[in-house]
Amino acid sequence: MPAAVECRDLRKTYDGKVEAVRGLSLAIQPGECFGLLGPNGAGKTTTIEILEGLLEPTSGEVSILGRSWKTNARELREYIGISLQETRLSEKLTVRETIELFASFYTQPRSTDEVLSALQLNEKSDALVGKLSGGQKQRLAVATALVASPKVLFLDEPTTGLDPQSRRQLWDIIRAFQGEGGTVLLTTHYMDEAERLCDRLAIVDHGQIIAEGTPADLIERLGGHHVVEFALSGNGHLDNATWQSLPSVDSVRNEDGVICLNVREPHRTIPALLEKVDQQSAQLERLNTRQASLEDVFVNLTGRHLRED
Amino acid sequence: MSVAQETPSQPQIQRHTPVPRNGRWSGFRHLLGARMLELAREKEVVFWVFVFPLLLALGLGFAFRNKPADRTTIAILASPNAAHIQELIQSSAQKNAIHAEIVDDAQAAKGLRLGKYDLIVDPVSADKVQYHYDPARPESVQSHVEVDGALQAAAGRKDVLATSVIVSSEPGSRYIDFLIPGLLGMNLMNSGMWGIGFALVDMRQRKLLKRFVATPMRRTDFLMALASSRLILMVIEVGLLLGFGILMFHMRVLGSFFTIVLIGALGAISFGGLGLLTASRAQKIESVSGLINIVMMPMWILSGVFFSYERFPATAQTFIKLLPLTALNDALRATILEGSSLVSQTGRISVLVIWGAISFFLALRWFRWT
Ligand SMILES: Nc1ncnc2c1ncn2[C@@H]1O[C@H](COP(=O)(O)OP(=O)(O)OP(=O)(O)O)[C@@H](O)[C@H]1O
Ligand SMILES: [Mg+2]
Repeated sequence: MPAAVECRDLRKTYDGKVEAVRGLSLAIQPGECFGLLGPNGAGKTTTIEILEGLLEPTSGEVSILGRSWKTNARELREYIGISLQETRLSEKLTVRETIELFASFYTQPRSTDEVLSALQLNEKSDALVGKLSGGQKQRLAVATALVASPKVLFLDEPTTGLDPQSRRQLWDIIRAFQGEGGTVLLTTHYMDEAERLCDRLAIVDHGQIIAEGTPADLIERLGGHHVVEFALSGNGHLDNATWQSLPSVDSVRNEDGVICLNVREPHRTIPALLEKVDQQSAQLERLNTRQASLEDVFVNLTGRHLRED
Repeated sequence: MSVAQETPSQPQIQRHTPVPRNGRWSGFRHLLGARMLELAREKEVVFWVFVFPLLLALGLGFAFRNKPADRTTIAILASPNAAHIQELIQSSAQKNAIHAEIVDDAQAAKGLRLGKYDLIVDPVSADKVQYHYDPARPESVQSHVEVDGALQAAAGRKDVLATSVIVSSEPGSRYIDFLIPGLLGMNLMNSGMWGIGFALVDMRQRKLLKRFVATPMRRTDFLMALASSRLILMVIEVGLLLGFGILMFHMRVLGSFFTIVLIGALGAISFGGLGLLTASRAQKIESVSGLINIVMMPMWILSGVFFSYERFPATAQTFIKLLPLTALNDALRATILEGSSLVSQTGRISVLVIWGAISFFLALRWFRWT
């Protein structure tokens, strides 16, 4: 079986200047939910739009379900459902009219009623699009993609700007689609979204994949599963090497005075840490431990946080 | 008795209920339907396309309606002989056509300046009058002739030649008859340019065009639906304005409705093409708005909407006649007012067709969906 989505060495340079994508390759298997995770301007939208056949790559190969955009565009359009990062649908049409309009483009669409209920838009079916809330609009955008009865679903930042409840609602919809055998490619800059929703993900930065794997894999590769964060007051000013030498520490970073240790076994690290602090007659201002997250993976790889807000 | 058993079970929503396969024209039909619904629900569109032209016709039609031509208002300067002049006018055959007021010099001068009086009669002495008026004002010239005739006759002049007049005020030669076809042409231009040009850039800016081409939608269907919605609107526009002219102003339409609609369709398509051209690249509605106004502005003034382009120098007229709105207005006027057939106006029709063809050709080459 061919990969659902595959690309090799994609490059995209806008106006001969902006290198938005710089040699990106990936393969998504049928039934997988794959996430592109990266900060603003990383090249996620550019990549996904090239894969959707909406943007011509400067170079590189794309194949969707074993077919190419160059030779099978019409056929492929029937097989994929798309939600763009930002589309403002006609405000003067109702929810039902909008879904029926999109359904009319496909040879064999799903029924509008079924999509309405799958996306919990039943109550709003006769409301004008202009009167919907942000979360409802976003669900409608996904509805216009799902009405195609697609094999592959492309979602560009489907939950950005939504409240937690609306986000969870959308996650359920995406999981349900995947549960019926669908393949999903989504972009996000939410860690928790990528961690909970995606079978596999690629972390993208400056137009390149800097890490790829299952969420657990990526965290595993970080070394420690745990993070110990603490801050010192007084004259205890020690360099990273001191902390690195503590037992079970995998890596160290210093974020504006807060020391973060990636640790495999906190129960071995913490007593040694306290002892070291004591020796230096410094005071602990705070100390906490938590599970490592994708955020830590990203920061470890790039030295930056994913969201600078 | 168990209530639960009596309650009919909720209809289960089947997953992936089979839906009849969509036919070739399903996309087109839905695009056209959606467009018409959107237009009908957009209050601004309804106003500018349907109500505004009627208001314009109503306002201008009344402001420039043919005044009863048989009545002139004049001032007689207050003096000992003023009453005598007034009597002479009252005793003349034209007494109903002349309304005379006795006023002082200042009032008379002011009234003449403001157009209240067409003429000032200054009774210098018992057997001598002096007229004051501006010969550049046609109504003053006419008033002078009329008042002088009345006074001379009343004072005892005998006409040597017997004359008579048959009055004719035909619908078809009034200002409103000139105006309505012009408004119709202008309206077709406005709604063609805005309805296609603006609408497309708006959809591009909203990323809706991109969203559409991400589906198997046929791009030709999309453009055809847009054009069809324009044609449907065009028929309504033509019917409304002509119906209004007929009902309110007793306008007489000599050409067949079919020919008029055919010319309207040509105009709508031609200006739709120009709209498409202005919209082919623009990313922002601000830039396309400017572009549309630049294209339309000269034609509002030059193409004989509110007044005839015969007033421009002859050399300019050759150029003016090549403008699409001029061709459309002339064709509408000839057909509506004179009943001219299509074949008798190949020149105008060609101008419209050529504008439309060139616009579409360039627009489809340059058009960007994203
Ligand atoms: N049409 C364009 N013309 C020129 N540069 C562009 C264009 N679109 C995107 N870029 C640039 O390409 C880079 C990648 O943009 P892209 O939209 O793919 O990022 P992204 O990862 O989707 O970001 P975000 O999270 O903000 O959506 C950015 O530097 C952006 O400024
Ligand atoms: Mg993006």
